[in-house]
Amino acid sequence: MSDPAEIRDVPPSLVEARDVRVSLQGTEILHGVSLTAQPGEVVALMGGNGSGKSTFVRSIVGAVPTQAGTIRLFGRPATASSRAHLGYVPQRISAAGGVSATALEVVTSGLLGSRDGADRVGARLRGLLPPRDAHARARAALRSVGIEDLAKRDVSRLSGGQQQRVLIARALVRKPRLLILDEPMAGVDLESQVAFSHTVGHLKHDGVGLVIVLHELGALARHIDRAVVLERGCVTYDGPPPKDLGVHALPGHDHDHPHTDPPARDGGIGLEGP
Amino acid sequence: MNLLAEPLIQRMLLVGLLVGLAAPVMGTYLVQRKMALLGDGIGHVALAGVAAGWLAGSLFDLAQQDALAIPGAVLFAIIGAVLIERMRSRGAAADVVMAILFYGGIAGGVLLIGLAGGSNANLLGYLFGSISTVTWGDVWMSVALAAVILLVGIGLRTALFAVTHDQEFARSTGLPVEALNMVVAVLAAVTITVAMRVVGVLLVSALMIVPVAIAQLITRSFARTMHLAMGIGAALTLTGIWITVFYDVQPGALIVTLGVLVYGAVASITTLARRGT
Repeated sequence: MSDPAEIRDVPPSLVEARDVRVSLQGTEILHGVSLTAQPGEVVALMGGNGSGKSTFVRSIVGAVPTQAGTIRLFGRPATASSRAHLGYVPQRISAAGGVSATALEVVTSGLLGSRDGADRVGARLRGLLPPRDAHARARAALRSVGIEDLAKRDVSRLSGGQQQRVLIARALVRKPRLLILDEPMAGVDLESQVAFSHTVGHLKHDGVGLVIVLHELGALARHIDRAVVLERGCVTYDGPPPKDLGVHALPGHDHDHPHTDPPARDGGIGLEGP
Repeated sequence: MNLLAEPLIQRMLLVGLLVGLAAPVMGTYLVQRKMALLGDGIGHVALAGVAAGWLAGSLFDLAQQDALAIPGAVLFAIIGAVLIERMRSRGAAADVVMAILFYGGIAGGVLLIGLAGGSNANLLGYLFGSISTVTWGDVWMSVALAAVILLVGIGLRTALFAVTHDQEFARSTGLPVEALNMVVAVLAAVTITVAMRVVGVLLVSALMIVPVAIAQLITRSFARTMHLAMGIGAALTLTGIWITVFYDVQPGALIVTLGVLVYGAVASITTLARRGT
C-alpha cells in the first residue's frame, strides 16, 4: 500500500478501479476486479467469452451499476460530471440506427453530455458549441481516423470498418484524456485495423490513456504497454504483454474458450471479415 | 364561394397542418428506436382514456358528455407511454408490452363506454377520426400541444438523436438517458392524442410513420429526414382534408391511403433510378 503523502506527489491515474463487483440479474459477473491506466498508457483487457471484459468496461463508463468496490476517474469518484474527459466506443457491429444519419451527425452527437463548462442541463443537452463549430470539431475527429471524405455519407451504407471508425471519431470528438474501446477490432477490415493502429499511436503520443478490450493483440501489439487478463470475472494476469500474439499466449488464459466474437447486442448489418 | 373563408374548413385545415407537421417529428424518433408500432399501442390506451372521460362526464352530469374525452385520452396515453418506457427499460420485450396495451386499451374502452351508458358507436369518431366536428377549443388545444412537440422534438434533436441512436454511449457521456427516453414516450403520447382527432386511433401511427418512411427513401441525414417528413406529413393532411371538402370520403383513411400511395411511387422511382445509375 502506498503512503498517502507519496500519492499526493504523483498525478492521479486516469482510471483506478478497485475490487469492482458487478451482478447482473442476480448473478455475480465480476468478483472484485481492479485496473489502473496512466496518461499515455495503452492497456489491453483480454480474456475469453464470458470472462466479464465488457461488463467491466461498461461499469467504468456507468452503463451498469457496481455492487461493491470503487471506481475513480481522473482522481475523482466516477460520476456523470467526472466522465467529461472520457471517450467510449461500445462493442457493436453497426453505427446505423433505424433512420438514416450521416457520419457527421453521429460524430456530432458525441459533443453532448458532461463537458468542461457544461454545468447546466441545457448545455449538456444542446452542447456548448454553435452548430458550425460543432461540425468543424466533428470533421476534425473524422479526419483523425482517416474518413473525413465520408462525413456526409449515410453511416448505414458504410463498411463495417468505416462504421467502427465513425464510432471512434464520435468518442474522439470529446477530446478524451481516457479512451475506452470495447472490441474495436472485431469484424473490421484490414485497412481500418491499420488506420486504427495509427490513431492509437497518435493518441498515446499525445498522452491519452487507452483501455482496449481485445481478443488478440493483432495490429495493436506494438502499442500495448500492459495486458490485463480476466477469467470468469477475476483478474488472472496483469503485466507486460508477451512478445508473441494473442490471448492464447497469456498466463491464466482458459484454452478451452472458443475465440469467436459474441453476438451483437443490438442487431445491425453484417460485416466483412478481416 | 370562397371555401377558405368557411370557419369549419379553416379549423380542419389548421388542425390538419399542425398534426401533419408534429406527428412525423415524433415518428422519426420512434423509427430510429425501431419502435414504429408504439403509436398503435399508445393509441389503443388513449381510446380507453376517451371512454373513461366519457364515463366521468356522465358521472358529473356534464351537458356535453364527451367534454372530458380528450383530456382523458391525453392522461391515459401519457400513463400508457410511461408504463411502456418503464417496462422496456427493465428489460421487458417491447412487442409483448405493446400487445398487452393493444388488447387492454380496446377492451377497457368498450367496457368503460358501456358503463357510461354509451355504445360502441360513440367510439367510432375516435377510432376513425372526426375532424369535421373540430371546435375552436380543439384547435387551440392542438396549437398548444403541437407547439410543445415541435419545440422539444426539434430543439433537443441532437440529444434525442444521441439517446435513440446509442443509449449506452449516451449514458457514458453523462446525458440523462432515462429522462430523455421518457420525454420521447410522453411526447409520442401527446402527439397521438392530437392526431387522433384527424385520422383516428386505428390510423394514428400511420401519420407518424409513413411520412418518415417516404422521407427515408430520399434523404440520408437524420435532420433532413425529419424536416422532409414534416413537409410530407403536412402536404398529406392538407391534401386529404381538402379533397374531403369536395368528396364524401373519410379524411383519415384518405390521408393514410395517399401516404401509402406516395410511398409506393417514391419507392418505385428511387429503385428505378438506382438501377439506371
